[in-house]
Amino acid sequence: MSKDNIVIIGGGIAGMTAASRLLRLGYTPIIVEESDHLGGHVAEWHKLFPDMAPAQDIVQRLAEEVSAANIFLSTRVLFINRLHDTYIVMLNNGVSIQAQAVLIATGFNLFDATKKEEYGYGIYDQVLTNRDLERWFTTGDDPRLNGHEVKRAGFVHCVGSRDVKAGNTQCSKVCCVTAIKQAIELKEKFPDAEIWCFYMDLRLFGKKYEDFYINAQKDYGIHFIRGRVSEVSEGLDGRVIVKAEDTLSGKPVKVTLDLLVLMSGMVCNATINPIATSLGIDLDSDGFLRSKDNISHIVSSGRKGLFLAGACTGTKTVPETIAEANSAALDIHLYLTEGK
Amino acid sequence: MEFGFKLSPSSAVNLDQVDLSLYERLAAIEPDLRICMACGSCSATCTAAPFTGMSVRKVILDLQRGKEKEAAKMLSGCMLCGKCTMVCPRGINTRHLILSLCRIYGTKAKEEGK
Repeated sequence: MSKDNIVIIGGGIAGMTAASRLLRLGYTPIIVEESDHLGGHVAEWHKLFPDMAPAQDIVQRLAEEVSAANIFLSTRVLFINRLHDTYIVMLNNGVSIQAQAVLIATGFNLFDATKKEEYGYGIYDQVLTNRDLERWFTTGDDPRLNGHEVKRAGFVHCVGSRDVKAGNTQCSKVCCVTAIKQAIELKEKFPDAEIWCFYMDLRLFGKKYEDFYINAQKDYGIHFIRGRVSEVSEGLDGRVIVKAEDTLSGKPVKVTLDLLVLMSGMVCNATINPIATSLGIDLDSDGFLRSKDNISHIVSSGRKGLFLAGACTGTKTVPETIAEANSAALDIHLYLTEGK
Repeated sequence: MEFGFKLSPSSAVNLDQVDLSLYERLAAIEPDLRICMACGSCSATCTAAPFTGMSVRKVILDLQRGKEKEAAKMLSGCMLCGKCTMVCPRGINTRHLILSLCRIYGTKAKEEGK
């Protein structure tokens, strides 16, 4: 058993995966998680694309694998000071840790959809976010959906993504396929529903994503309209009227819906920024933490003993996050064994 | 009196009023109709397109937006050469689809006494 202390900031799937690997390498990592549970965003998700695997499976498996780690829940890092080759990590519960390595795995925040006022989130009850819908799939309980039959639904892609005015130029990567996944799940719950997806581009880059898209079109009859929704308003009957341009036919298009789902994108989790910048990690042009380079050293901060994994450096899928966390664990091990 | 002003009808598509019955009838016998991703290969390769404006992509889109007459009219500009079928990346048998559409639309026109 190594005596080296490794502090992992963030107990989402990145932090848990790295902790699991480090435990197997003989370390006892310390996970500091801000919320009262492990699993981060994935713990709130119902099923994962493209194979519809239950999100709870991966979270529970990782939770079992990291049970031997030191885990601080509902705890925040106040500051980190560098002391020679170690880091003094001060927590808000009064504990301070002298760590030989620190892994930042603070992930992302979901874009606040109320900022796109024209879409009516927080104004109309029929407008939900991808996270609200996912929670409803899991719990079956949402006052906005309870007892309602969904006959007509829409999905708005790129909410807060690829949007200079919203302050986010980046593509959030996962929303296209998530919209397709959620549209399929919704169609399974309401087989007679008509569902429209409003997109600017469909970016289905990952393994089996394109097959998923073809399934949605062919087997579920989901309609795709190329055009960004411009505005949403409430009609007399309490449903919402959605306007967009059907850019393929070059005509304005209007549709009345019972439910509109906004695909909120990923934005940086800025709570780590003051600590990261105090340690010499810069922010990249997209607001996420800057890796040493974006090709072969994504998990390296360029600072000794300081590593990065998952969506803190940019928008990531679950498998990308897991791959990075594994890679970061190995880099930490090599750093600690090959000399600092 | 002519003032030089006129009212133009709205060109907006109201999906609440779109009748998809023909589209659904066609999709029942040509399920691949649904997987068109509007890439435009069919229109780009079409021998007749430069002369008649024929575009399978637009025909499918018109059907999805309930514009049956426009779709049927466009089909009259098709020579059935089948080049579009060769280039479709999604493997839609567009030539067969056009024939099925003619068959369905012909029956529909007859029913309506046209």
